[in-house]
Amino acid sequence: MSTAPLSHAFLILFKRDLTLAYRKRAEIVNPLLFFVLVTAMFPLGIGADPAQLRDIGPGIIWVAALLAALLSLETIFRSDFEDGSLEQLLLCPHPLSILMLAKVAAHWVTTGLPLLLVAPLLAVLLDLPEEARSTLLITLALGTPVLSLVGTIGVALTVGLRRGGMILSLLVLPLYVPVLIFAASAVTTAGAGLPVSAHLFLLTALLALAVSLSPAATAAALRISLS
Amino acid sequence: MLRFFHQLASPKYFYNLSGRLIPWIAVACVGFLLVGLYDGLVDAPTDYQQGDSYRIIFIHVPAAWMSLFIYMVMAGAGAIGLIWHMKLAEVMVVSCAPIGAAFTFLALVTGSIWGKPMWGTWWVWDARLTSELILLFLYLGIMALNNAVEDKRTAARATSILAIVGVVNIPIIHYSVEWWNTLHQGPTVTKFDAPSIDTQMLIPLLVMAVAFKLYFVLSLLMRARVEVLQRERNTQWVRELAEQQT
Repeated sequence: MSTAPLSHAFLILFKRDLTLAYRKRAEIVNPLLFFVLVTAMFPLGIGADPAQLRDIGPGIIWVAALLAALLSLETIFRSDFEDGSLEQLLLCPHPLSILMLAKVAAHWVTTGLPLLLVAPLLAVLLDLPEEARSTLLITLALGTPVLSLVGTIGVALTVGLRRGGMILSLLVLPLYVPVLIFAASAVTTAGAGLPVSAHLFLLTALLALAVSLSPAATAAALRISLS
Repeated sequence: MLRFFHQLASPKYFYNLSGRLIPWIAVACVGFLLVGLYDGLVDAPTDYQQGDSYRIIFIHVPAAWMSLFIYMVMAGAGAIGLIWHMKLAEVMVVSCAPIGAAFTFLALVTGSIWGKPMWGTWWVWDARLTSELILLFLYLGIMALNNAVEDKRTAARATSILAIVGVVNIPIIHYSVEWWNTLHQGPTVTKFDAPSIDTQMLIPLLVMAVAFKLYFVLSLLMRARVEVLQRERNTQWVRELAEQQT
């Protein structure tokens, strides 16, 4: 039996997931609304002092992005798990880790990338300094893929569970700490007018590490959960 | 040597061997604990700056050491269990997590009890405290996952994966927290430097560390025995054991 080359399989899976997401457009909007709403809650909770908001703005936006990424994570395997196509993926002759990378990539394009589009709006709402806004976008572009990649390990571990969502956040949030620290402090540092290349290099290093290691862990976790 | 490992991996052999070892370890643990506590609380000199309240380090520091050590043991056992499909290693992973969480919690609580008179506050977002807190969260996540999965073998293997992922992350988390801390507030508190501690304080500290390790081994074996019995409850040897007891 001849099988399609790996790159072909990768692209097919990637396109399939994008198509599925496009057909359920409402689900793309939900995490975005959540992201905006959570961010809007903070000024209501702590007061509208612009100076204060400017100080804590980077942290707020990043924590909100973290939660939005966490909530949207669950959908990555759910429908595939329910209709059984996840098991078919496991039976594929291709390495499962590469297929997982395709799924995560598609998931990031539909849930992580839109966050980048609304982030400038939030930066204006929280009165972030001009210099910090571009840095915010760069950190989101580098950081949210890491969140998706690391979080997918957690989803793979909890995929068969009835109350997986709560446990997922317990598993995944501690692992998100480094991204949060580097990204939020990069934005703060940029706001103060200082160079941020060190932060960005570290975030890129985290991304490289996550891209290379986490698909393998996801694949192993998935094989255990579905065994 | 290989045969020894092979035997050790058999639940029945492990059950019998650990049953014979436990009394000895318990005696040694209590012995070290008494010596260490007496040495630390009575014999060791009073610190010239901190008075007697420094004495909590004889609990705090060994507990903090154990919190990381147990995580390493757990991840190691997880790797062994996943690679060689060794049931006993899976049992060890599951049994390690609550003990590790307990030690981490103990380190945090004693640290904050010490911090109140010394720093004037129960909690500081100091790098070490923060990474210890995140370590506690990692332990709790592992325990939650283990409880959530119904099938015991699947649960243990999923837990092993999470433990290994955590081990890759621990150094990253540790350094990122340290770095975050220096960025935000700079070093506020200087702690003991390891070489500058007095020998009379160092000896009870090390004795206590040995006592804590023995306690860990003791409770690990006891937990593992219970876990083994639960998993093997339908096998011949467990039934025979239950019949002997009644």
